[in-house]
Amino acid sequence: MAACGDAAMISPPPPAPKGIIRARGVSKRFGDRMAVDGLDLDVPAGCCFGLLGPNGAGKTTTLRMLYGVTRPTSGRIEVFGLDVATHSRTVRARLGVTLQESVLIEALTPVENLMVFGRYHLMRDAELRPRIDELIDFLQLGSHRDVPVRNLSGGFKRRLAVALSLVARPQLLILDEPTTGLDPAVRLALWTKVRELRDHGTTVLVTTHYMDEAERLCDRVAIMAAGAVLVEGEPRELISRLLARDTVEIEASEQEAAQLLSGYEESTNRMQAGNRAVVHLEDAAALVSHIRGRDSVADRRLIVRPTNLEDVFLHLTGMTLEASA
Amino acid sequence: MYARTWKLNLLPNFFEPVFYLASVGIGVGAYVQQMGGLRYVEFLAPGLVCVAAMNGASFEVTYNVFIRLAFEKTYDAMLTTPIEPDDVLVGEVTWAITRSMIYGGCFYTILVAASLAPLPASLLVVPVLALAGLLFAALGLAFCVRLPAIDFFSYYFTMFLTPLFLFSDVFFPLKERLSPAWLTVAEVLPLLHPVRLARAAFHGGAEPLRVAWDLTYILVLSALLLLYARGRIRRRLTN
Ligand SMILES: Nc1ncnc2c1ncn2[C@@H]1O[C@H](COP(=O)(O)OP(=O)(O)O)[C@@H](O)[C@H]1O
Ligand SMILES: [Mg+2]
Repeated sequence: MAACGDAAMISPPPPAPKGIIRARGVSKRFGDRMAVDGLDLDVPAGCCFGLLGPNGAGKTTTLRMLYGVTRPTSGRIEVFGLDVATHSRTVRARLGVTLQESVLIEALTPVENLMVFGRYHLMRDAELRPRIDELIDFLQLGSHRDVPVRNLSGGFKRRLAVALSLVARPQLLILDEPTTGLDPAVRLALWTKVRELRDHGTTVLVTTHYMDEAERLCDRVAIMAAGAVLVEGEPRELISRLLARDTVEIEASEQEAAQLLSGYEESTNRMQAGNRAVVHLEDAAALVSHIRGRDSVADRRLIVRPTNLEDVFLHLTGMTLEASA
Repeated sequence: MYARTWKLNLLPNFFEPVFYLASVGIGVGAYVQQMGGLRYVEFLAPGLVCVAAMNGASFEVTYNVFIRLAFEKTYDAMLTTPIEPDDVLVGEVTWAITRSMIYGGCFYTILVAASLAPLPASLLVVPVLALAGLLFAALGLAFCVRLPAIDFFSYYFTMFLTPLFLFSDVFFPLKERLSPAWLTVAEVLPLLHPVRLARAAFHGGAEPLRVAWDLTYILVLSALLLLYARGRIRRRLTN
């Protein structure tokens, strides 16, 4: 937490209402396709909230409706307690958005890009200049502050894009797939910054299709598919509510797996994926000894691991799914 | 509404009318003694000022706007801030007019230096430049927002702007060459109107009715085209 002292200035904790975002029955139709279909969403103030889902789930469309650029076909959205349909300008003045695609002006330097963005927010020079220095510091852009953007690396550009959305000290930061296409170290560094912002009171709404990142780094997540939220909650809580703490992957066909598991008492949640049975349960050790005890194949591969959001997602969107007791 | 910080780059288009003035005005002028009762190069001057303004606005709202609309995500980024699509439109038109005034203004300065623009009367051409900028911003934008691919701009320039440039009173007075029926048809040409206003500013002889008609034409056509462009831009940026 080296930047802690001035990080307080990066995002002043605002007197925020309880829920920052509240969406009810929101739908968006494009032609005959429903991009978003009856979505409900509540994002509490001060948390880092992950909106998860595969490509085409409707994440970007949802975000665009939240900041009032796409109009919902039906439903109601409130941000900061304001109806977005009628107060989109006010809402946008108080939030920052980092889009999925790069929006940087390639011919300009990071500092110039930040200047342009400050102008969009009608900020004055006297206010803007120190703010830019602050952000350059916070997102560690100092080494290339005067180099044209086109010569910068992907990770650097992404940090700059995040800096742009922070220019006007937003209370809510919306990030659309901020880590897609970045290498793991850069991704982690970016997440560290996001957490730091959250620690200082900014609410963060982030979309991603990296479930593992979301699980470790988001306070709450909502899993989306086909334009609707399937489940919402804290990652660990979702996992134990919908599946179970542990997962055992057994190299076995469906019949073999059924045999190996027969007579096992504890309730399990089982799924077959090709030549692999995936079993979710509270106590993996007991199952492993149960299998080893009755298995004819001595060196069968068993993988024991914690259950993750990826499993929850597969469970919800229903691959060949089968709950056995 | 919001300050534009795009870097100014004076494109070669600015020099086009300068070269025309030099080559046609001086070259052809040597053979053509008089045109519309003036030395040929004097006759050319006010028309070419408007051409400079036309170029200034046109390049801005065609290629540049299209690129921002289709390739760069500049507008999408703007719309994440309190800016609305209407502000984007106002910004582009304002900037196009500014470019017109810069192009036209520089050209005008050259004319003044070459004693081809009588002072102070010809100063009235400055608001005419702004009007020309408005008109060609509107025309370019209306074309731009319904263009499927950037290549089509070459049509806009070769099939539309170039003929305008040749047949809008810039190089010869239409009323000496066309029958009255064709003269009426020629009134649809957009460039004709600013050129006529500029000519009146330079050489006098303004007829109030005609000035009123030219102004009405410019303002009404601009308004209609911008209204159309506004609808398209809104739909494109917010769906
Ligand atoms: N402007 C649009 N016009 C038509 N269809 C669209 C438009 N934007 C998104 N869609 C469609 O809506 C669905 C959801 O898209 P999107 O919100 O971008 O998903 P995600 O961000 O989760 O990948 C997709 O099927 C996409 O093709
Ligand atoms: Mg997306």
